[in-house]
Amino acid sequence: MRTLRFLLQKEFRQIFRNSNILRMIIAMPIIQLLVMPLAADYEIKNIRISLVDHDRSPNSQKLKNKIIASGYFELNDFNVSFDESYEQFQRNNSDLIMEIPKDFEKSLVVDKQANLFIAVNAINGTNATVGSAYLNRIIGSFNRDIRLDWITSNNSVNTATIEVSSLNWFNPFLNYPSFMVPGILVILVTMVGAYMCALNIVKEKEVGTIEQINVTPVKKHHFILGKLIPFWAIGIFVFTLGLFGVAWLVYGIVPLGSLLTLYVFLAIYLIALLGIGLIISTYSNTQQQAMSLAFFCMMVFLLMSGLFTPVDSMPEWAKWIAIANPVTYFIDVVRLVVLKGSGFAALKTQFLIISLMAVFFNTWAVLNYKKTM
Amino acid sequence: MTNEVVIKTDKLTKQYGDFVAANQITLEVYQGEIFGFLGANGAGKTTAMRMLCGLSTPSSGSATIGGFDIYKETEQIKKNIGYMSQKFSLYEDLTVMENIRFFGGIYGVPDKDLKERMRSLIETLGLKSEADKLVGSLPLGWKQKLAFSVAIFHEPKIVFLDEPTGGVDPVTRRQFWDLIYDASDKGITIFVTTHYMDEAEYCNRVTMMVDGYIKALDTPYKLKQQFSADSMDDVFYELARNAKRREDQL
Repeated sequence: MRTLRFLLQKEFRQIFRNSNILRMIIAMPIIQLLVMPLAADYEIKNIRISLVDHDRSPNSQKLKNKIIASGYFELNDFNVSFDESYEQFQRNNSDLIMEIPKDFEKSLVVDKQANLFIAVNAINGTNATVGSAYLNRIIGSFNRDIRLDWITSNNSVNTATIEVSSLNWFNPFLNYPSFMVPGILVILVTMVGAYMCALNIVKEKEVGTIEQINVTPVKKHHFILGKLIPFWAIGIFVFTLGLFGVAWLVYGIVPLGSLLTLYVFLAIYLIALLGIGLIISTYSNTQQQAMSLAFFCMMVFLLMSGLFTPVDSMPEWAKWIAIANPVTYFIDVVRLVVLKGSGFAALKTQFLIISLMAVFFNTWAVLNYKKTM
Repeated sequence: MTNEVVIKTDKLTKQYGDFVAANQITLEVYQGEIFGFLGANGAGKTTAMRMLCGLSTPSSGSATIGGFDIYKETEQIKKNIGYMSQKFSLYEDLTVMENIRFFGGIYGVPDKDLKERMRSLIETLGLKSEADKLVGSLPLGWKQKLAFSVAIFHEPKIVFLDEPTGGVDPVTRRQFWDLIYDASDKGITIFVTTHYMDEAEYCNRVTMMVDGYIKALDTPYKLKQQFSADSMDDVFYELARNAKRREDQL
């Protein structure tokens, strides 16, 4: 215990003396949480549209107005021929082309049916799919409006329309910050935990101080604990700062579930994560190696965690990576506790899996650490 | 210096694949002795020393350090030795006092002694005004003296010094050797590698390693006689010029 006290004292002194670490643990959470949710927003606005209107009738004008008035589209240009619009496409100036054919109004009135042509620039896949979906909805509603007009004026055949109204539970207004902020908190804790811990140990290897420790009677588990405890505390600090300092104060996100559940999970998750940091440090001899290795792991962990894309829609092989990924469970738990208010009983599986991971990663790290000594 | 043997090795060997870094090292070092360990770059000095400190496990052979077995009682050995590596390895982002306290603490120096011993060490080293400065800001000569003092702070039986005076000016080297003599007077055995032949003359006995083997072991006086040389420089040259191994092979 006395040895551990000296090790911890030394570690905390070095951390508080290092202005880079301090900047990282205070500024990084605040900046990332303020900036990222605003940018990482799935709601797409400002889709640039090119219009080609061969009809120039009141109805085609009505449709155009409806599209622009929706707020999602920005009229990029208005042309007389499709070729002109296509040129805008090629210059990557517009995302969508809508062509209204000649006799649009005429066929609408006479044949009760008209065709529209939409071309999508699929280089930006998200813009393209979301944009064409919006446009389809707008055209659909334009369609209904016209029918309603006729029904009231002509009193003719009554065509039934089905309208689907959906309700978003747990995040009723599909508020993106409430969805993204918990996820970004997870990224922060993950980065700080694994990176800093791995780099710190490898730095001692690089400078040679670890050798000086290795000739002393300090036991391996003391040394490892001396490294884990400070970064564990930093992880908890960063999470707390993000949760109360930004999520609550700035975005007004108050966890619905129990804070105790959240923090107990965080504590176990950090142990698992620091284990990964330790593993990385045992396989690297220089900080550069550790950086590359940690970066690789983090990329995989973050992209395969369900933060950006739902795990359920991943291909089968990718699902297995997500299942073996500790970040997946933490994101899951943070979202469930913060947005849905889930309690411990509902999260038993996640608790069990993350505990097993903590044991697994740390055992691996300790076993591998011995060889290097 | 007494006749008590504190380091005893028998055919100690370290092999990396086909490469034998240290081959059948057999030697005895007595308590309080200043034992010089010479050899060209890549001769296997550091390898041999790292085995004796418990930093690497020998491939074969046996050894006892301070009466403890090099395979089974490494923890006991670690309590009884001090080590100063080629690379300066105190924490540069801690102050002089913090470094001493840290290493004293993890070697188990009791709290009540710690303060008093730190105070007297700072006084001996003449570092009073630097006690609260970061170690990284000290000149190299002071760093080396501090590293040595930290290595013997817990009063070990043996201290291993791996090229302790590399890159240090002659005056500081002289002062450094005064510290070594003081430690030796207190009964601490000094096991030191060096490239400076004048330092070899300060040792009670020296050994020369060539290509992983021990090629000579005696007092500097007797070695000079044996090779009919005027100085240790000539002895070194006589032995090392036939070496096949170069540093880049390591």
